[in-house]
Amino acid sequence: MSEHADTQHGHDDAHDPDGVGAIHATFKGYMTGFGLAAILTFIPFWLVMSGAFAKSGPADALILLLAGIQIVVHMVYFLHMNTKSEGGWNMLAFVFTLVLVVITLSGSIWIMYHLNVNMMPWTMQDARNQP
Amino acid sequence: MTADNGASKALSFHVEGEHHVPNGTLLGFWIYLMSDCLIFACLFAAYGVLGREYAGGPTTAQVLELPTVAVNTTLLLLSSITYGFAVLEMQANRRGVMMVWLAVTGLLGAGFIALELTEFAHLISIGAGPQRSAFLSSFFTLVGTHGLHVTSGLIWLVTLMVQVGRKGLTPANKRRLMCLSMFWHFLDLIWVGVFSFVYLMGVLP
Amino acid sequence: MLAHPDLTKLIFGRLTIDQLPLHEPIVVGTFIVVALGAIALLGAVTYFRLWGYLWREWFTSIDHKKIGVMYIILALVMLLRGFSDAIMMRAQQAISFGHNTGYLPPFHYDQIFTAHGVIMIFFVAMPFVNGLMNFVMPLQIGARDVAFPFLNNFSLWMTISGAVLVMISLFVGEFARTGWLAYPPLSDIVSSPDAGVDYYIWALQIAGVGTLLSGVNLLTTIIKMRAPGMTLMRMPIFTWTALCTNVLIVAAFPVLTAALALLALDRYAGTNFFTTMLGGNAMMYVNLIWIWGHPEVYILVLPAFGVFSEVTATFCRKRLFGYASMVYATVVITVLSYLVWLHHFFTMGSGASVNSFFGITTMIISIPTGAKIFNWLFTMYRGRIHFELPMMWTVAFMITFVIGGMTGVMLAIPPADFTLHNSLFLIAHFHNVIIGGVLFGMFAGVNYWFPKAFGFRLDPFWGKCAFWFWVVGFYFAFMPLYVLGFMGVTRRLSHFDNPDLQKWFVIAAFGAFLILLGILSMLMQFYVSFRDREKLRDVTGDPWDARTLEWSTSSPPPKYNFAFTPLIHDNDAWWQMKQHRYQRPLQGFQPIHMPKNTGAGMIMAGFATVFGFAMIWYMWPLAIVSFVALLATAIGHTFNYDRDYYIPSDDVARVEAARTELLASHV
Repeated sequence: MSEHADTQHGHDDAHDPDGVGAIHATFKGYMTGFGLAAILTFIPFWLVMSGAFAKSGPADALILLLAGIQIVVHMVYFLHMNTKSEGGWNMLAFVFTLVLVVITLSGSIWIMYHLNVNMMPWTMQDARNQP
Repeated sequence: MTADNGASKALSFHVEGEHHVPNGTLLGFWIYLMSDCLIFACLFAAYGVLGREYAGGPTTAQVLELPTVAVNTTLLLLSSITYGFAVLEMQANRRGVMMVWLAVTGLLGAGFIALELTEFAHLISIGAGPQRSAFLSSFFTLVGTHGLHVTSGLIWLVTLMVQVGRKGLTPANKRRLMCLSMFWHFLDLIWVGVFSFVYLMGVLP
Repeated sequence: MLAHPDLTKLIFGRLTIDQLPLHEPIVVGTFIVVALGAIALLGAVTYFRLWGYLWREWFTSIDHKKIGVMYIILALVMLLRGFSDAIMMRAQQAISFGHNTGYLPPFHYDQIFTAHGVIMIFFVAMPFVNGLMNFVMPLQIGARDVAFPFLNNFSLWMTISGAVLVMISLFVGEFARTGWLAYPPLSDIVSSPDAGVDYYIWALQIAGVGTLLSGVNLLTTIIKMRAPGMTLMRMPIFTWTALCTNVLIVAAFPVLTAALALLALDRYAGTNFFTTMLGGNAMMYVNLIWIWGHPEVYILVLPAFGVFSEVTATFCRKRLFGYASMVYATVVITVLSYLVWLHHFFTMGSGASVNSFFGITTMIISIPTGAKIFNWLFTMYRGRIHFELPMMWTVAFMITFVIGGMTGVMLAIPPADFTLHNSLFLIAHFHNVIIGGVLFGMFAGVNYWFPKAFGFRLDPFWGKCAFWFWVVGFYFAFMPLYVLGFMGVTRRLSHFDNPDLQKWFVIAAFGAFLILLGILSMLMQFYVSFRDREKLRDVTGDPWDARTLEWSTSSPPPKYNFAFTPLIHDNDAWWQMKQHRYQRPLQGFQPIHMPKNTGAGMIMAGFATVFGFAMIWYMWPLAIVSFVALLATAIGHTFNYDRDYYIPSDDVARVEAARTELLASHV
């Protein structure tokens, strides 16, 4: 990874000094992305609004999964993210951010769950439910 | 030009003539967007931790209205595609048509904000404002921060339309349009997280 | 005051006359001294007609070299303030036993330790680090400036804005009394209703914006603007640490922004994020603030490690040992710094499983740092060591930081931490690593790069005085705190009952006094160096016979840094150029594209300062007006497309010819 990030000899220099053209948007790309996003939005909304799920567990997982896929769709088709743009630095920055988001979210929820169990005051109900 | 034979006296140590430095605006803006992503991650984390703390007040089922959110989501997704069309026109240097698509994007975004403001006003009027409980505080802050970002995007959009109107599609303006494009799509991306994590998961039992 | 009390309230918010500390003799005395000093300084500037010069050459400058110098000046000024707080605390703790309650009641003592922490971290260490990276990194990569020069100027002024707000809190209202991280519920609106925590929040939010933008700026610079041939693995180590530091800044400061914003919402809008009723959870603040806080300390120390790498290689006349492992160690530290944050609150009650995980990760993160120490030692081994001041600071760092690191590993063990958390042992540990690591690194860096920035070296005699006073003073000041911590003494106390503790505090106060002499020696060093600058003049641009690109320029470098962009073939590019007897080209100069100066950054930060002050004192109309003005200036600035110019090739030729003459005169 350390060798290929030699961005000085990029072919964008002569006719496109700012690399704007390197992001090549196409009508087809946008419509594909829009179509996929629309489907990935419609499905979870319909599932929830129609009351198809009795319990929240599997529904939660499915909603998050579809959201995750739609985020990837947005990244690829709308934000034109690929391994080539900016010599791979866009992808690296994104992956690093993603890792940190996962650590922040999962770490916080894990830690706060434990803190809540150990440290938050009991309600009357908790006290009554003790063996 | 890089003769890597260290022993050779023919090594050149400077670039003859002018060296063109690549422009860093798009990368820099992308990095800024990643930092913005982390702010939202913290707000999502706060919602994740505090989102069921109703404090005896209104619950998610009582507060979250899916039909409104469905309309909002549609508006925002459409605005993403209309901005995409604007970028295509920009690439083809058709300034006039591009301005039309930008205007449509702005209207859709304004519609999103207007709808969101009515949702907030309604919630506050029924005693479900941000002060009522930790759940409502985190809800209003997460959704509201996203809304503030969209509003900033709208101000930026209007400013850019004026600037493009005056100076045309210069390289600087094209860079700015691409930055706004990234920003706008990014906000739609965050919205996917919001409607999934907050609204859809919130309405379920 | 005015006929309509409502109008007074509208204009002045909750700011009233009794917010001025007119009944506090120490503060009034300080104010008089500060006011006289300010009048003298402003008077001198006016008398010597320097306002135009200052505005044109410094305040509106977008030159990374000038901005770097201004950051370091800010850091040194705030060091004086932060250190005054320290000396006041040491004095209080040395005398306050039994019946004697000292001269600082808790109301003041609490503000002083809070301000000490906030100032030292945010307005001394951060500007120091930012200043060095700003000055050195573009020169090391062969660039002419950073990626976003205007943003650089804006970031500087936003940091100054935050510092100004903290300084104002000394004379208008109070500062926070919560400790430097302002944990709720103590910092919530019920327990801290006065302006103190609001000063804290706005100063840090404003400065934080500056820092975050600087992170984006320097990161983009390193990625995009390296000279041709400078692959990542050919960058100087200081640039590598700058890269990782700025990654940490971009990734960590958003968390601080979010945490402080949530606290502000609780205080201003009555939300319930961290309240004790209505579902809030104060522990979430602690969690979020330390997700920022741990990477923050690596933001401070990594550039110091970078300085030591450059200094060791230069003053041991040897290529740095283990370049690749240094890079990997730095990157590993960067990533791991996100997996340890809970070690700051082992005692908050998350239980064994969570505590063990973070205890283990904390111990793991000490390993790459240890690898770096070995690399520096191996560089020194069989090198020809020259004990100039930068090298002296480096050796002092190695000894001092290792001690601090070891006590850190002790604290990483959760059961041990349950006894030592928030004791003076903890205080001793973090001062050990921050002073021994960060501050000694900054002093080494200043002594090393001062000749590059100003064209003359710093006086060695006063530098050595400063060195010995600081190092000896540090040990006298902080080793007793380890002992006291083991004995169970808690931090942040202004009074003690047990007279057996007093001797340790007196020793610590003596150490603080030695450090005071060290700081005065440094000030003396600056004065004497300026006075004797012709004797200390650096004519060649390379006073230390160093290895990296910045030493190929003149001292100080021209505005454009490099007349021709360098071509890189190896690490230690300048050393290689010297080996090949590279001659700088004397003709064929091109016009050079440079950004223009601008006052927009200073003006926007000025509005931000007014906005912060208005929000602190609930002066809502002023807040709205200043915010709109800030926004309008920002948007207006984007309408300015005329931001750069070309330096004519004749000017370049003239500057280069002058340098050729200077180099010839040295021979």
